[in-house]
Amino acid sequence: MTRKSLTLAAVAALAITAGCAKKPPAQLPPAPATEAGTGQPEGPASGIEGAVLPGSRADFLRSVPADRIYFDTDLYNIDDQDRATLDAQAEWLRRNPNVRVTIEGHCDERGTREYNLALGDRRANAAKNYLQNRGIDASRMSVISWGKERPEALGSDEESWAKNRRAVTVVPQ
Amino acid sequence: MSRLTRLLAAAVTMLLAASQPAHAQLSVDVTAEGGNQLVIAVPSLATPQSAATAAGTTDVLGRQIADVIVSDLRGSGLFRPLGPGAVRAIAFDEVTAPAYDYWPGTGAAALVQGFVRANPDGKLTIGCYLYDVALKQELTRQGFVLAPAEWRRAAHKCADAIYARLSGESPFFDSRIAYIAESGPKGHRVKRLAIMDSDGANHRFLTNGQSVVLTPRFSPDYKQIVYLSYIEKRPRIYIYDIGTGRQRVVTESANQTFAPRFSPDGRFILYSMAIGGNTDIYRVSVNGGPSTRLTNSPGIDVGGSYSPDGSRIVFESDRSGTQQVYVMNSDGSNQHRISFGSGRYATPEWSPRGDLIAFTKIAGNFRIGVMTPDGQGERLLTNSWQDEAPSWSPNGRVIQFFRTSQGRSGGASVWQVDLTGANERRIPTPLDGSDPAWGPLLP
Repeated sequence: MTRKSLTLAAVAALAITAGCAKKPPAQLPPAPATEAGTGQPEGPASGIEGAVLPGSRADFLRSVPADRIYFDTDLYNIDDQDRATLDAQAEWLRRNPNVRVTIEGHCDERGTREYNLALGDRRANAAKNYLQNRGIDASRMSVISWGKERPEALGSDEESWAKNRRAVTVVPQ
Repeated sequence: MSRLTRLLAAAVTMLLAASQPAHAQLSVDVTAEGGNQLVIAVPSLATPQSAATAAGTTDVLGRQIADVIVSDLRGSGLFRPLGPGAVRAIAFDEVTAPAYDYWPGTGAAALVQGFVRANPDGKLTIGCYLYDVALKQELTRQGFVLAPAEWRRAAHKCADAIYARLSGESPFFDSRIAYIAESGPKGHRVKRLAIMDSDGANHRFLTNGQSVVLTPRFSPDYKQIVYLSYIEKRPRIYIYDIGTGRQRVVTESANQTFAPRFSPDGRFILYSMAIGGNTDIYRVSVNGGPSTRLTNSPGIDVGGSYSPDGSRIVFESDRSGTQQVYVMNSDGSNQHRISFGSGRYATPEWSPRGDLIAFTKIAGNFRIGVMTPDGQGERLLTNSWQDEAPSWSPNGRVIQFFRTSQGRSGGASVWQVDLTGANERRIPTPLDGSDPAWGPLLP
């Protein structure tokens, strides 16, 4: 298993982007936002940046450490850092019970197209199942697999591939 | 020489005419890797008199048809054609009476002559004759009456007749390719369904690129294409009717359906459906209705390709932990793994001849390979960074696939290679291309 070495590579490459790098353990739940988010669960429109509507995508992005979790090659398991991210997402979804989300599953380019479509579905469902176990109704979450069709990072290297193996929780604008 | 040699009915050594006795058989050997190429003269087709047609004058058509024949034969890797630019033109009355004293001097062992005639009803009559220069005898002939716009088909059929007569193999030039035309940035590729002749001519876009489309397959009669579309952000399989331009969903489901394939008789569609992270293979009538589930292993069972007689299906599964190739009966029974080499195996495709399975081998890079349906005799045919998704020529002698290049500006292109691993070349497409699907010989 190459999880650790890949993770380190990813950490090195992604350290600039909060929520992208897979950091070591991380204790479980709440305290979502220490870096990018507002850290103020109930204060979406903090006034500084103008109107951020509660329940909007902007609100979501400000309230959670990341809208996405990352996977290792060919894998779809949820690790500790993923849990912290998804716990924060679940918390936000509980506070915004009328919001429905789409969870997108993605893969890197180093897989065959159709297998990647199936693997992307696995990843999206891994995130969905976790959120469901945290009390989010399954009917609020749809999944879609994009396989390798929508890479986020465009290089053909380990750092790019690590960014592309992801499940993204998409809140409507 | 591979073991394939022994499977061929007509594998004989190439004979160069000039030095051979009168009973020698003129032929080419599809199993010879980079072997000698048969020199074949293809002068412009003659015309009784130049006449205007809907596709140009008959004398210009004669030159164009010869050029297509030359291109087909050269592309097969078995011939060294001397086309209209290299040999003299022939007169109409030479077509059935070759100048046998002249042609040996050109180095040609075989000679293709023909004619184009405009008929009063607006159609063309195109004749095509193959001669053995040394033996001074006709080997085969073909004649076609068709609309001027279809002149390329006559050229492909003529090339097919020459190829089949001299190789002993089934023809394949007169066929079409469905594929995905790609453009735009790597992070947001625009993908359009497109079709073209086997040599890239008569290219047509069928969808406008608004929705991502993937993995097309022609129906056996070429009237429909089954493919995956992300219309309305719901990835599902659709059938596109080429005649009407309409498309319809094959099977209604809240779940994602993908990886569609026609059965050899065109009555069924094999597809994959992901439910809650678990993907299995199903079969449904081409007219819709209830689906039959064929696999039920936990994990990803995906893709699939029927044996030519429709009795078995080769597919891909990661039930062992990694992607491997399995064969089952077409009702889903007797599922067994056939790939046991190092690395992973993906995208299996059954040859139309039934004798081989083509696949993508993932071991570092992605390479195209073949093995027998019982998993023996693995051979890799390509060696690049990422070659993926083989598709067989109608005669099972050539494989197309797509090749992806690395990096931010990396793109995909359609390629083909012979079963010997020789004669690899890129198929010209107006944009980037992927997911080629070679249809059968045109009806």
